Amino acid sequence: MTRRDRAVRAARRGAVVTGIALVGLAAVYVRALMFTPIERTQGPAQKIFYVHAPVAWAALLAFTVCGLLSLLYLIMRERKFDLMAAASAEVGTALAVVMLTTGPLWGKPIWGTWWTWDARLTSTLFTFLLFVGYLVLRGALSDFDVRARFSAVLGVMALVLVPFIHVTVYWFRTLHPDPVVLKPEGPSLPSVMLVTLLTSIGVCTVLYIGLVMQRYSLAVLQDIREEEEAGGGIP
Amino acid sequence: MGELLRVTAAIARKDLKVEWRTKTAFVSSLVFAVLVLAVLYFARDKTSVGDYDLAPGALWVTFTFAGMLGLNRAFLLERENRALDGLRLTPTTPTALFLGKVVGNLVFLGVVELVSLPLFILFYDVPIWRQLPVLLGVVALATVGYVAVGTLLSAMVVRTRFSEVMLPVLLLPFLVPPIVSAVQLTWRILALRPLSEMTGWLSLLAAFDVIFFTLSLLLFEAILVE
Repeated sequence: MTRRDRAVRAARRGAVVTGIALVGLAAVYVRALMFTPIERTQGPAQKIFYVHAPVAWAALLAFTVCGLLSLLYLIMRERKFDLMAAASAEVGTALAVVMLTTGPLWGKPIWGTWWTWDARLTSTLFTFLLFVGYLVLRGALSDFDVRARFSAVLGVMALVLVPFIHVTVYWFRTLHPDPVVLKPEGPSLPSVMLVTLLTSIGVCTVLYIGLVMQRYSLAVLQDIREEEEAGGGIP
Repeated sequence: MGELLRVTAAIARKDLKVEWRTKTAFVSSLVFAVLVLAVLYFARDKTSVGDYDLAPGALWVTFTFAGMLGLNRAFLLERENRALDGLRLTPTTPTALFLGKVVGNLVFLGVVELVSLPLFILFYDVPIWRQLPVLLGVVALATVGYVAVGTLLSAMVVRTRFSEVMLPVLLLPFLVPPIVSAVQLTWRILALRPLSEMTGWLSLLAAFDVIFFTLSLLLFEAILVE
């Protein structure tokens, strides 16, 4: 089987995984809207939390994966790590857009403001901008080798930077709700809500994986075409 | 070690000599810094925002943008006539090349800062001559981290299209920790706060310097074309 056939098959598998995730997402919406109780103080606005938090999780997972794959590329210098890192960054950026739009939609009725310079909001905004920069840099370089090395360097730098940004902005007073699931004394969420949230997190993770599989296969196909054009083109 | 220092010094000396002969980048950065300081002075309602409230932010915005002009210059210089290839043919190591560029940029930005700092004190009427050594220490700490990351990123962006726009887009997120810390520290210095209130921000700044200087040094080799 050629590299192209493998990529096409991987793209198909990615489409299947994405399809499963989208069906799961619809199920999560149904469960969140119809079968999960309305939160007492926040009212229906709290429902957006079942989208916002899982998407935020998937976006940060995507950026972490991108940073780690960048590091792997710098050590092993294998093309696939670079293409996977790029796919992860691109999917992560899209998920971050969902995170950054659902957040203010919830913030307006609950906090009374669309945006606030709270620690978590600020650090996710900068992380998002950092990865937009990563994608812009990739777009501005045409040579495969140079693009892979430069973006890997930026990916590793970004991975180290994000905790720094978080500490920096955290020292400004923070307003974001405290973690409700991952904390030492155990989740403080009622179990019905917790199940909805965890299902949603699982579904968003699968969605992320499906999208990355498709995007990666596409990148491999593009890479094959570029190679063919370079090999069989005008001397 | 001696060899490394010698090559580093030679590269920094070369860059500074080129700059000294024309002084274009230096004069533009300095004029730019003075302009930003002057313009920011008016960017407020004077009845509600006092000089002391505005000063720390104005100072660091000025340094940030003035520094950006200098950083762009360091590798643009090497792009012309493919001078970097020539430099790579000489018996230098990536480490020496990086350190030489960092030293050159540090001297460049350091001089711009040293000249604009007294102007800042005069313009914003903040008579802090007695706190000047502490403020200079903070400026030095923030500048080292800034220049280390900036040198690495500027070496990358010169290879791209629109490099002048690309550098701020990539570099500004990295400046959040050092610049925010520096503004917080400057604010405390101007308000004559005790040193104990500054240790947190100072250690953050120092940690940023150590980690990102090392990281930039290690990653610089991957930037150079084999």
